[in-house]
Amino acid sequence: MSKSNPNAPKRLALISSKGTLDWAYPPFILGSAAAAMGWEVGIFFTFYGLTLLKPELTASVSPLGNPAMPMKMPFGPEAFQNVNFAIPNLLMANVPGFETLATTLMKQTFHNKGVATVEELRSACLEMDVRLIGCQMTMDVFGFKKEDFIKEAEIGGAATFLEYAADADIQLFI
Amino acid sequence: MEAIEIIKEDQVLDCSGTLCPMPIVNTSKAIKELQPGQILKMISTDAGSPPDIAAWSRQTGNELLRSTTEGGKFVFFLKKA
Repeated sequence: MSKSNPNAPKRLALISSKGTLDWAYPPFILGSAAAAMGWEVGIFFTFYGLTLLKPELTASVSPLGNPAMPMKMPFGPEAFQNVNFAIPNLLMANVPGFETLATTLMKQTFHNKGVATVEELRSACLEMDVRLIGCQMTMDVFGFKKEDFIKEAEIGGAATFLEYAADADIQLFI
Repeated sequence: MEAIEIIKEDQVLDCSGTLCPMPIVNTSKAIKELQPGQILKMISTDAGSPPDIAAWSRQTGNELLRSTTEGGKFVFFLKKA
Protein backbone atom coordinates (compact mmCIF):
# COMPACT_ATOMS: atom_id res chain seq x y z
CA MET A 1 0.00 0.00 0.00
CA SER A 2 1.62 3.19 -1.12
CA LYS A 3 1.44 6.54 0.57
CA SER A 4 -1.38 8.82 -0.47
CA ASN A 5 1.15 11.38 -1.74
CA PRO A 6 4.20 9.75 -3.36
CA ASN A 7 6.09 13.07 -3.38
CA ALA A 8 5.73 13.67 0.35
CA PRO A 9 8.91 13.60 2.43
CA LYS A 10 9.63 10.53 4.53
CA ARG A 11 7.63 10.39 7.71
CA LEU A 12 8.40 9.09 11.20
CA ALA A 13 5.57 8.36 13.65
CA LEU A 14 6.55 7.71 17.25
CA ILE A 15 4.61 6.80 20.35
CA SER A 16 6.30 7.89 23.56
CA SER A 17 4.79 5.99 26.47
CA LYS A 18 7.37 6.27 29.24
CA GLY A 19 8.25 9.28 31.34
CA THR A 20 11.54 8.37 32.99
CA LEU A 21 14.75 10.14 32.04
CA ASP A 22 16.26 7.17 30.21
CA TRP A 23 13.11 6.69 28.15
CA ALA A 24 12.64 10.41 27.55
CA TYR A 25 15.71 10.45 25.32
CA PRO A 26 14.85 8.04 22.46
CA PRO A 27 11.76 9.84 21.08
CA PHE A 28 13.44 13.26 21.12
CA ILE A 29 16.74 11.92 19.71
CA LEU A 30 15.04 10.07 16.86
CA GLY A 31 12.59 12.92 16.31
CA SER A 32 15.24 15.61 16.05
CA ALA A 33 17.52 13.40 13.91
CA ALA A 34 14.72 12.58 11.48
CA ALA A 35 13.68 16.24 11.27
CA ALA A 36 17.33 17.15 10.60
CA MET A 37 17.17 14.78 7.63
CA GLY A 38 14.19 16.66 6.29
CA TRP A 39 11.57 14.12 7.36
CA GLU A 40 8.15 14.85 8.78
CA VAL A 41 7.93 13.77 12.40
CA GLY A 42 5.02 13.34 14.78
CA ILE A 43 5.41 12.10 18.35
CA PHE A 44 2.37 10.93 20.26
CA PHE A 45 2.70 11.14 24.02
CA THR A 46 0.58 8.71 25.92
CA PHE A 47 0.40 7.36 29.47
CA TYR A 48 3.60 8.25 31.36
CA GLY A 49 5.08 9.84 28.25
CA LEU A 50 2.60 12.71 28.69
CA THR A 51 4.77 14.34 31.35
CA LEU A 52 7.37 15.02 28.64
CA LEU A 53 5.02 17.70 27.32
CA LYS A 54 5.12 19.73 30.54
CA PRO A 55 7.01 23.03 30.39
CA GLU A 56 9.31 21.94 33.22
CA LEU A 57 10.75 18.50 32.60
CA THR A 58 11.12 16.53 35.81
CA ALA A 59 11.96 13.15 34.29
CA SER A 60 14.04 11.04 36.63
CA VAL A 61 15.74 7.67 36.49
CA SER A 62 13.86 4.73 37.93
CA PRO A 63 16.11 1.76 38.44
CA LEU A 64 13.09 -0.31 39.54
CA GLY A 65 12.56 -3.29 37.30
CA ASN A 66 15.79 -2.40 35.58
CA PRO A 67 18.31 -4.55 37.44
CA ALA A 68 20.81 -4.56 34.57
CA MET A 69 21.13 -0.79 34.79
CA PRO A 70 24.75 0.12 35.32
CA MET A 71 25.54 3.09 37.50
CA LYS A 72 28.28 5.23 36.02
CA MET A 73 30.15 7.62 38.24
CA PRO A 74 30.58 11.01 36.56
CA PHE A 75 33.65 11.87 38.61
CA GLY A 76 37.01 10.39 39.56
CA PRO A 77 39.71 8.81 37.41
CA GLU A 78 38.75 7.15 34.13
CA ALA A 79 39.21 3.61 35.45
CA PHE A 80 36.74 4.37 38.22
CA GLN A 81 34.28 5.94 35.79
CA ASN A 82 34.41 2.84 33.61
CA VAL A 83 33.25 0.58 36.40
CA ASN A 84 29.65 -0.59 36.06
CA PHE A 85 28.13 -0.50 39.50
CA ALA A 86 25.30 -2.98 39.47
CA ILE A 87 22.44 -1.87 41.64
CA PRO A 88 21.37 -4.26 44.39
CA ASN A 89 17.61 -4.75 44.40
CA LEU A 90 17.41 -3.84 48.04
CA LEU A 91 18.84 -0.39 47.36
CA MET A 92 16.41 0.40 44.57
CA ALA A 93 13.28 -0.16 46.53
CA ASN A 94 14.24 0.78 50.03
CA VAL A 95 16.75 3.57 50.19
CA PRO A 96 15.15 7.01 50.31
CA GLY A 97 16.67 9.39 47.81
CA PHE A 98 18.06 6.62 45.64
CA GLU A 99 16.17 7.79 42.54
CA THR A 100 17.44 11.31 43.06
CA LEU A 101 20.99 10.00 43.31
CA ALA A 102 20.64 7.81 40.22
CA THR A 103 19.10 10.74 38.31
CA THR A 104 21.86 13.12 39.33
CA LEU A 105 24.56 10.63 38.35
CA MET A 106 22.99 9.94 34.97
CA LYS A 107 22.47 13.63 34.17
CA GLN A 108 26.02 14.50 35.20
CA THR A 109 27.50 11.61 33.19
CA PHE A 110 25.48 12.59 30.11
CA HIS A 111 26.60 16.20 30.53
CA ASN A 112 30.27 15.20 30.87
CA LYS A 113 30.05 13.09 27.73
CA GLY A 114 28.45 15.91 25.72
CA VAL A 115 24.92 14.54 25.43
CA ALA A 116 22.28 17.24 25.05
CA THR A 117 19.64 17.54 27.76
CA VAL A 118 16.10 16.33 27.11
CA GLU A 119 15.03 20.00 27.18
CA GLU A 120 17.56 20.88 24.47
CA LEU A 121 16.46 17.96 22.31
CA ARG A 122 12.79 18.87 22.71
CA SER A 123 13.59 22.48 21.74
CA ALA A 124 15.48 21.22 18.69
CA CYS A 125 12.42 19.14 17.74
CA LEU A 126 10.13 22.16 18.07
CA GLU A 127 12.48 24.38 16.06
CA MET A 128 12.31 21.85 13.24
CA ASP A 129 8.51 21.63 13.34
CA VAL A 130 8.23 18.18 14.89
CA ARG A 131 4.58 17.71 15.91
CA LEU A 132 4.16 16.84 19.57
CA ILE A 133 0.73 15.41 20.25
CA GLY A 134 -0.76 14.59 23.64
CA CYS A 135 -3.19 11.70 24.00
CA GLN A 136 -6.58 13.08 25.06
CA MET A 137 -7.73 9.91 26.78
CA THR A 138 -4.68 9.65 29.08
CA MET A 139 -4.93 13.37 29.77
CA ASP A 140 -8.47 12.80 31.05
CA VAL A 141 -7.41 9.77 33.10
CA PHE A 142 -4.45 11.52 34.75
CA GLY A 143 -6.19 14.87 35.06
CA PHE A 144 -4.01 16.86 32.64
CA LYS A 145 -5.34 19.91 30.82
CA LYS A 146 -3.96 21.33 27.58
CA GLU A 147 -2.74 24.34 29.60
CA ASP A 148 -0.48 22.01 31.61
CA PHE A 149 1.61 21.42 28.50
CA ILE A 150 3.92 23.52 26.35
CA LYS A 151 1.94 25.75 24.01
CA GLU A 152 3.20 23.92 20.92
CA ALA A 153 1.59 20.65 22.02
CA GLU A 154 -1.39 19.44 20.03
CA ILE A 155 -4.06 17.11 21.34
CA GLY A 156 -5.41 14.01 19.64
CA GLY A 157 -6.62 10.47 20.04
CA ALA A 158 -5.97 7.02 18.63
CA ALA A 159 -7.53 7.82 15.27
CA THR A 160 -5.32 10.92 14.95
CA PHE A 161 -2.21 8.81 15.50
CA LEU A 162 -3.33 5.96 13.25
CA GLU A 163 -4.14 8.28 10.37
CA TYR A 164 -0.73 9.95 10.73
CA ALA A 165 1.06 6.60 11.13
CA ALA A 166 -0.71 5.05 8.13
CA ASP A 167 1.21 7.41 5.89
CA ALA A 168 4.48 7.06 7.81
CA ASP A 169 7.53 5.16 6.60
CA ILE A 170 8.55 4.24 10.14
CA GLN A 171 6.36 3.73 13.20
CA LEU A 172 7.87 2.99 16.58
CA PHE A 173 6.39 2.42 20.01
CA ILE A 174 8.77 3.63 22.69
CA MET B 1 51.34 9.88 -3.97
CA GLU B 2 47.87 10.88 -5.01
CA ALA B 3 47.23 14.58 -5.03
CA ILE B 4 44.44 15.64 -2.71
CA GLU B 5 42.26 18.35 -4.09
CA ILE B 6 41.87 21.31 -1.80
CA ILE B 7 38.25 21.98 -0.95
CA LYS B 8 37.47 25.55 0.00
CA GLU B 9 34.62 25.81 2.45
CA ASP B 10 32.19 28.72 2.70
CA GLN B 11 31.31 28.05 6.31
CA VAL B 12 32.77 26.07 9.22
CA LEU B 13 30.73 24.34 11.89
CA ASP B 14 32.54 22.87 14.89
CA CYS B 15 30.46 20.24 16.67
CA SER B 16 33.35 19.01 18.82
CA GLY B 17 32.30 17.76 22.21
CA THR B 18 28.67 17.05 21.29
CA LEU B 19 27.14 13.63 20.76
CA CYS B 20 24.31 12.20 18.66
CA PRO B 21 22.01 13.68 17.47
CA MET B 22 23.41 17.20 17.89
CA PRO B 23 26.06 17.02 15.11
CA ILE B 24 23.43 16.31 12.45
CA VAL B 25 20.88 18.64 14.02
CA ASN B 26 23.39 21.50 13.92
CA THR B 27 24.66 20.50 10.47
CA SER B 28 21.10 20.66 9.21
CA LYS B 29 20.67 24.14 10.72
CA ALA B 30 23.98 25.37 9.30
CA ILE B 31 23.33 24.12 5.77
CA LYS B 32 20.00 25.95 5.70
CA GLU B 33 21.97 29.22 5.95
CA LEU B 34 23.98 28.42 2.80
CA GLN B 35 23.17 28.92 -0.88
CA PRO B 36 22.97 25.88 -3.21
CA GLY B 37 26.48 24.86 -4.24
CA GLN B 38 28.15 26.37 -1.19
CA ILE B 39 30.27 24.14 1.02
CA LEU B 40 30.05 23.50 4.75
CA LYS B 41 33.04 22.13 6.64
CA MET B 42 31.84 20.26 9.70
CA ILE B 43 34.16 19.13 12.49
CA SER B 44 33.08 16.49 15.01
CA THR B 45 34.54 14.36 17.78
CA ASP B 46 31.55 11.99 17.85
CA ALA B 47 32.63 8.56 16.60
CA GLY B 48 29.09 8.08 15.31
CA SER B 49 29.43 11.01 12.93
CA PRO B 50 31.09 9.27 9.92
CA PRO B 51 28.17 6.87 9.34
CA ASP B 52 25.59 9.44 10.51
CA ILE B 53 26.77 12.24 8.25
CA ALA B 54 26.89 9.81 5.32
CA ALA B 55 23.29 8.78 6.05
CA TRP B 56 22.23 12.40 6.54
CA SER B 57 23.82 13.27 3.19
CA ARG B 58 21.98 10.43 1.39
CA GLN B 59 18.67 11.38 2.98
CA THR B 60 18.90 15.12 2.37
CA GLY B 61 20.69 15.11 -1.00
CA ASN B 62 23.42 17.44 0.27
CA GLU B 63 26.54 15.85 -1.20
CA LEU B 64 29.30 14.58 1.09
CA LEU B 65 32.41 15.64 -0.84
CA ARG B 66 34.91 14.29 1.65
CA SER B 67 34.91 12.50 4.98
CA THR B 68 38.28 12.48 6.69
CA THR B 69 40.13 12.90 9.97
CA GLU B 70 42.35 15.79 11.01
CA GLY B 71 44.26 15.77 14.27
CA GLY B 72 42.03 13.13 15.82
CA LYS B 73 38.80 14.85 14.76
CA PHE B 74 36.34 13.89 12.05
CA VAL B 75 36.05 16.41 9.25
CA PHE B 76 33.31 16.52 6.61
CA PHE B 77 32.86 18.68 3.54
CA LEU B 78 29.23 18.97 2.54
CA LYS B 79 27.90 20.68 -0.56
CA LYS B 80 24.45 22.17 -0.28
CA ALA B 81 22.02 20.75 -2.86
